Amino acid sequence: MTGTAEVLASRLRLTRWGVVAALALLAAVYVRALEFTPLEATQGAAQKIFYIHVPSAWTAFLAYGVVGVCSVLYLFLKDLRLDRFAACSAEVGTVFCTGVLISGPIWGKPIWGTWWTWDFRLSSTLFLWFLFVGYIVLRGAVTEPRQRARFSAVLGILGMLLVPFIHVSVTLFRTLHPQPVVLKPEGPSLPGSMLVTLLFSFLAFTLMYVGFVVHRYTLAKLAEVREAEAGDA
Amino acid sequence: MRDVLAQALAVAAKDLKLEFRRRTAIFSALVFTALVLAIFNFARDPTAVSATALAPGVLWITFTFAGLLGLNRAFAIERENRALDGLLLAPVSRSGLYLGKLIGNLVFVGLVEAIALPLFAIFFNVPVWGVIGPLVGVIALATVGFVAVGTIMSAIAVGTRFADLMLPVLMLPFLMPPVTGAVQVTARLFAARPFAEVVGWLKLLVAYDIVFVVICLLVFEAVLDE
Repeated sequence: MTGTAEVLASRLRLTRWGVVAALALLAAVYVRALEFTPLEATQGAAQKIFYIHVPSAWTAFLAYGVVGVCSVLYLFLKDLRLDRFAACSAEVGTVFCTGVLISGPIWGKPIWGTWWTWDFRLSSTLFLWFLFVGYIVLRGAVTEPRQRARFSAVLGILGMLLVPFIHVSVTLFRTLHPQPVVLKPEGPSLPGSMLVTLLFSFLAFTLMYVGFVVHRYTLAKLAEVREAEAGDA
Repeated sequence: MRDVLAQALAVAAKDLKLEFRRRTAIFSALVFTALVLAIFNFARDPTAVSATALAPGVLWITFTFAGLLGLNRAFAIERENRALDGLLLAPVSRSGLYLGKLIGNLVFVGLVEAIALPLFAIFFNVPVWGVIGPLVGVIALATVGFVAVGTIMSAIAVGTRFADLMLPVLMLPFLMPPVTGAVQVTARLFAARPFAEVVGWLKLLVAYDIVFVVICLLVFEAVLDE
């Protein structure tokens, strides 16, 4: 038992370096976005948030996708590793989703003139956040691991199906009303150097997601082993 | 298939019999509904917002929140005295059990809605009678969807700590599409708008019902499997 814990602890030191590397990549994104990417003509410096905001949103939705897929697989394979992986992905996804919801309004206030609008992207992201939080709250309220895994998997699957429905509802809700003229979130096709920065940021965020989840997963496993040890002793 | 249906009806009949002998849940749901309707009337500036403009939203907030009260009870009664174990030992398939609970909940929520609707028409002075056919159709469509999800969520919620708190936290995001659709259609019915304006919403409601009833039937087993 101690052997496993030691192996995990050394693996944790390794995954920690993965997280550090991902964060260094994020710093590189900042440097490139701030120093080596031209200012956007109309939005000015506010547009820089785009390189953080859009990749965060992509990562948040990716994270929920992983939760959903792991949930489906769990119900078939009943492998607790899948459940643990889904849980880690949900936690990391919540962080990125929160990032989207914070960075969005910071950009929206100077550009749209309002912190919040019920655009379909904003609404979908907000509800995604509610789903993430519900998922995590549910996990905190069930102690038995197998039961927690089954409940979470069911919620994960239903949530994954809910996301497109929310998307369609908000789009229908909007298209039946006139689109605000000032609040148009429409971006021009990107010039080359901005596109490179964005793609670089996408890569950095995806690697950051992978790094965080792998690290969190190892940590969760170690916590389980330690708990089992404490139970035996 | 016929077996599953017979089992479902037996489970629903058991639940409803229990309910109508005690009558506490249905009475509290009805009183709750009347209270919400009354309070909503005062939660507006009467010189700025007409009761009719507010009516569709009020109707659906009332229905869904009263629905949550009913759903909370569906599996809570099985938790008492570990009645669920008996139910699981009985020769009832999991899908039969889910369908039975779903039917029981639909009757419960439907009854609350049937009594709340006339009250709503009086309180908010809405011409319900002229559009009663389509209105009942929309109510049925939206109710099937949210009760289908709610039934499985209540089964999950009773298995956790803080069950009463858990159901709304899990359930409310799932109310968003059916409530949005139902409110939009209801508002257009009251305003006598052309049918073409609601087609998209009706498709959404139908798709929601089909997807979630089927998926809930499939995954329900995982909730109970102990």
